[in-house]
Amino acid sequence: MMEPRLGTPLSSEDFEQGKVFTESYAPKAEYAWDTGPSIGRYLAELKEGRLVGRTCRACKRTFIPPRSFCELCFRPADDWVVFPGTGKVNTFSLCYITWDMRKLKDPQIPAVIEIDGASEGHGILHLLGNVDPKQVKVGMRVRAVWKPAPERAGAITDILHWEPMP
Amino acid sequence: MSRVAIVGAGITKFVRRAKETAPELSWAAAKAALDSAGMTLDQIDCVIHGTAPDAFDGVHMKGEYLASGSGGWGKPYTRCYVGGGTGVFAPIHAWMHLASGKFKTALVVCEEKMSSCQPHPQGAFITIFDHTTERALGPNLLWIFALEQQRYMAVHGITNEEIALVSVKNKRNAMGHPSAQLGAELTVKEVLASEVMAHPVHRLMVSPTSDGAAAVVMAVESVAKKVTRNPVWVEGVGWALDTAFWTNRDLYYPRYVEVAARMAYKMAGIREPAKEIHIAEPYDPFAYKELHHLEGLLLAPKGKAPKLLADGHFNRDGGRLPSCPSGGLLGVGNPISAAGMMKICELFWQLRGEAGPRQVKGKPRKAVAQAWGDLMQVGTVVVCGV
Repeated sequence: MMEPRLGTPLSSEDFEQGKVFTESYAPKAEYAWDTGPSIGRYLAELKEGRLVGRTCRACKRTFIPPRSFCELCFRPADDWVVFPGTGKVNTFSLCYITWDMRKLKDPQIPAVIEIDGASEGHGILHLLGNVDPKQVKVGMRVRAVWKPAPERAGAITDILHWEPMP
Repeated sequence: MSRVAIVGAGITKFVRRAKETAPELSWAAAKAALDSAGMTLDQIDCVIHGTAPDAFDGVHMKGEYLASGSGGWGKPYTRCYVGGGTGVFAPIHAWMHLASGKFKTALVVCEEKMSSCQPHPQGAFITIFDHTTERALGPNLLWIFALEQQRYMAVHGITNEEIALVSVKNKRNAMGHPSAQLGAELTVKEVLASEVMAHPVHRLMVSPTSDGAAAVVMAVESVAKKVTRNPVWVEGVGWALDTAFWTNRDLYYPRYVEVAARMAYKMAGIREPAKEIHIAEPYDPFAYKELHHLEGLLLAPKGKAPKLLADGHFNRDGGRLPSCPSGGLLGVGNPISAAGMMKICELFWQLRGEAGPRQVKGKPRKAVAQAWGDLMQVGTVVVCGV
């Protein structure tokens, strides 16, 4: 191979000593996402303290998050199902860092939670709480902890977090 | 269908923050690839540019922004983008242009300048999570890798020591790569002593953010045989996409890689990849990912890649199937699309015996490169041979 060309590294000193110039820009972009009928109902049910999903009678799946069509069978989804709000930890992390690389002393505990009543292996992304990070295990049984009804807004955060089953 | 070969390759250094602009980096790699092929821009029929989201650069229609540097003006020019899978998809995109008979030569350039995005390019990644059902939870990119690694470890009973060995191997291999950002001689202990970012992921198990570019020149058989005595043939290509409902599938195994790999192997006439492939360049943005992808590429049985790694099977020197002889993303660096293209360049140099201190011994003849991207569900695979 030939020697690599360019890719000249810059160091912090280059900036501190004013050896290089930069131009900066901070965009302010705002969006408002429509939910569609299925996620709309999902959020409305969360506001009522219920976790719901939907079925496809063709492939016999019960999925969460609910969708308007089965992406595998490519046909409209069928019945709505109310789940009991329990599940098990499929996988988790103890995250000590934020998106902008700030450090956290107490970790966030994101997890994929397999939802009881949904098809095998079907879960959602959420957070674990009320748990010693050292005690979290794959397969651990958990239940949803809801915000008090007046504080619920029709959002995924209406579930505060998931905690170990007693 | 025309046979297609790679006839030249070029690369910049991979660095945390480059003085050069994105078009300047593109130009450096593109010109180096042309020089390596002994060709000039007027001999190029079409130009393909692979590059990641516009959000990195804060430039709308980044393809047009980069086109001057990749020689795209006045030619049939396409920017292609399939997330982190782009670097290995760009040559597949070029292959379509050439195998179809529409064009005879293509310049394929992949560039990324991640450093422009402040305070950290992670910010540009957050929008991969579902806007309504996930983003309100405050996710960051590390989450999905940590969740996937944890699942992979839990299903197979794999330890973090076994995974840390990938960082040791790749950062060591990268010491022989003149473009490398993070070549180093490390121990498993040192990798595991590095800061926990998102358990089980430690800092030294994560590839860096980088600026850089890499490029190849590709040509149909009639041209390839005229411009070089050592064309590297693109013998198989494959790509696949799994569901973006990522919490509804088991993260322990990259099914999308297997689908893409089977497609590429079938085209290349490879029946037993673990025996027939001499060199692999699987995508390794995180240490566990190399093992995960080696399994998806059918180069190790499910859950067995860590054991094979520990046995030296994937070592550049003395291994049966050297994996990431370049040093990979963990060692050379990870300017997204350029990192995938760096792997294609590595196959080119390795199969021509031009890899210098990284050269795999025993005249390797078949090699595979793979990249992966999006919300963990894109697989792109290229098999090359001489």
